[in-house]
Amino acid sequence: MLIAILAIALLSGVFGLLLGYSAIRFKVEGDPVADQVESLLPQTQCGQCGYPGCRPYAEAVARGEEEINRCVPGGEATVRTLADLLGRDPVALAVEEKPPAVAVIEEQTCIGCTLCLQACPVDAIVGAPKQLHGIIAAECTGCELCLPPCPVECIHMVPVGTDIPHWRWPYPAERKAA
Amino acid sequence: MSHLAPAPSPRRLWTFHGGIHVPDEKALSNGGPIDPIPLPPRLVIPLAQHIGTPARPCVRVGERVLKGQLIGEPQGYVSSAVHASSSGLVVAIEPRPVPHPSGLSAPCVVIEVDGEDACAPLAEPLTDYVHLDPSVVRERVRWAGVVGLGGASFPTSVKLNPGPDRRLKTLIINGAECEPYITCDDRLMREQPARILEGVRILRHLAGAERILIGIEDNKAAAISALVQALAATDLQQLVSVIPIPTLYPSGGERQLIRILTGLEVPSHGIPAQIGILCQNVGTAAAVADAVLRGQPLISRVVTVTGRSVAAPRNLEVPIGTPASALIAHCGGYRQPPRKLLCGGPMMGFELRDAEVPVTKATNCLLALTAAEAPDPGPALACIRCGRCAEVCPVRLLPQQLYWHSRAKDLDRAQDYNLFDCIECGCCAAVCPSHIPLVHYYRYAKTEVWAREQDRRKAEQARLRHQARLERLERQEQERKAKLRRKKESLEGKGEGEAKPASEDPRRAAIEAARQRAAAKKQAAIEGLPTAGKGSGPSGASAPRAAETAKRIEEPT
Repeated sequence: MLIAILAIALLSGVFGLLLGYSAIRFKVEGDPVADQVESLLPQTQCGQCGYPGCRPYAEAVARGEEEINRCVPGGEATVRTLADLLGRDPVALAVEEKPPAVAVIEEQTCIGCTLCLQACPVDAIVGAPKQLHGIIAAECTGCELCLPPCPVECIHMVPVGTDIPHWRWPYPAERKAA
Repeated sequence: MSHLAPAPSPRRLWTFHGGIHVPDEKALSNGGPIDPIPLPPRLVIPLAQHIGTPARPCVRVGERVLKGQLIGEPQGYVSSAVHASSSGLVVAIEPRPVPHPSGLSAPCVVIEVDGEDACAPLAEPLTDYVHLDPSVVRERVRWAGVVGLGGASFPTSVKLNPGPDRRLKTLIINGAECEPYITCDDRLMREQPARILEGVRILRHLAGAERILIGIEDNKAAAISALVQALAATDLQQLVSVIPIPTLYPSGGERQLIRILTGLEVPSHGIPAQIGILCQNVGTAAAVADAVLRGQPLISRVVTVTGRSVAAPRNLEVPIGTPASALIAHCGGYRQPPRKLLCGGPMMGFELRDAEVPVTKATNCLLALTAAEAPDPGPALACIRCGRCAEVCPVRLLPQQLYWHSRAKDLDRAQDYNLFDCIECGCCAAVCPSHIPLVHYYRYAKTEVWAREQDRRKAEQARLRHQARLERLERQEQERKAKLRRKKESLEGKGEGEAKPASEDPRRAAIEAARQRAAAKKQAAIEGLPTAGKGSGPSGASAPRAAETAKRIEEPT
């Protein structure tokens, strides 16, 4: 009896130490699930999900606090991949999908106030005080965060026209019976 | 397979999986010789007629250009040069509709033809190419803007350079022309076999190939005999075999032809060069001959204009940039309004929405089909899992599975079923009893995968920029705080003025000095005790007083 108790106590002690050691030795920094979720998000940093950027939303989704259908720029495809990753059921998108667009500054109206520069999450706006600002179209994620701060409303969203290298075959339409 | 042969060189042939027999309809257009078409009033020459980076325009609007003058120079390695097809005035460099399934526009150089057809000075012919370094000859091919004329239009100079560690043993010349209706290669082989063989000789020299196989479908007997005769007049007989192959769609696909002629399989995601094979179209060989031996750039090509809607179907020698409508008009216009106008053949071609699009280096056929030739397939029915698509697939894919996953937009699964090995030959869709547009689904899935890949890259870039911004803001905040702190300190320093440093430091110094003095006096007192009588009274009395002073000064600190 005593031997059994001692043996079990010894074993649990050894394993406890082992677990304790490995918890320190193999400690995972950060949240791997949040990282995975973040890698699937479109990184527009638009805040349309209600979180200040893609990372906070990814963390909320990883904690299970938030639905997976809040990402507007990601659209249906993102909902689907998130559902796949997290083993949740795909849900309909919370808001309507928007076609991709980039911001364009109206040159005549811009007063060079630099407010949009501070709002841009990806530093895609170039400018200096009292100088005309310009948008690097290739870096613009179309998040629309620069629209509200502009005091003269000189920023507009222009849908991205497709060119031949970026053209996609449309999803085959169901042919209707004649 | 020897029974197939009216074979000049009976030899073993292999077969590929599947394939279908389709009415070849070649007799419509292969009767007459290749007919040169008159110059149109305007040439619209796209700057991207090849796979790879579009050419960069090197002429300005308003400039006069000569026939054969370089108007677009290659940008980067996988790119190709573009030349003016005739002399005239550059009136615009702007996006114009080009032959593409999307019907979109792409940058084009528009030339108002002056009718003189004045030639730019040709490059010096490299007749002695055998003694030249292959890279010099390759550079000429690149300069001449030669691309694969079989339809894919991959820059030929790139294909001819397999890299230092690969050796090309076999050169395959593709004269199969398996797609129904198209006869441009057939007519070219019949009429200009010697020009093709000149090109073959150059390609052999560039590739260093040991054997050359010219594969031609056996429904082109005249082309086979023309090439065999032309071959007899050259010293290439030992190296070159003209091989008739059974007529079966898609035997003209690069991988399929390699399989038929050599029995080898090109690895999935691989290229023929990996197994020591270079495959070139007959038209490409002829263009290489022009470029090297005559110094002529690629500015025209043979185009089949056919279909039962066309009054007089035939093959035309067309300057690149001629609008499609001019070709139809030259063939007598429409006999009856076409149900659809295709660019390419009925199996792999795509519908042209606008007949004004120009002929490019990739345009091998304009096909105007009547309603009888291209009946409306009716609504797509449900897949009944009959498996006929899998039976005919030349790549041994499972078209059904690809269809299900593409339809469900489950692109990862579709890729698991080797979506990207699909050559889009259209066999599966042709045999599908439910008339499902299978190839359309695969094309959708492929472009969607590419687009998502692009989106993913863009997202990664945005993430890095966002992160960099956050780090920058953090850094700026810290710098600001540090600055503030420094400022505060210096302000505080100034506020208390001279008093503080003057009071603090001298005070400490005074304490220190006092302590030292005290210690010294103590020491002196201890040492001096035995000699106290020697008149050290004042020092003995001052020692405790000094200690007291030190204590007093110390207290407030």
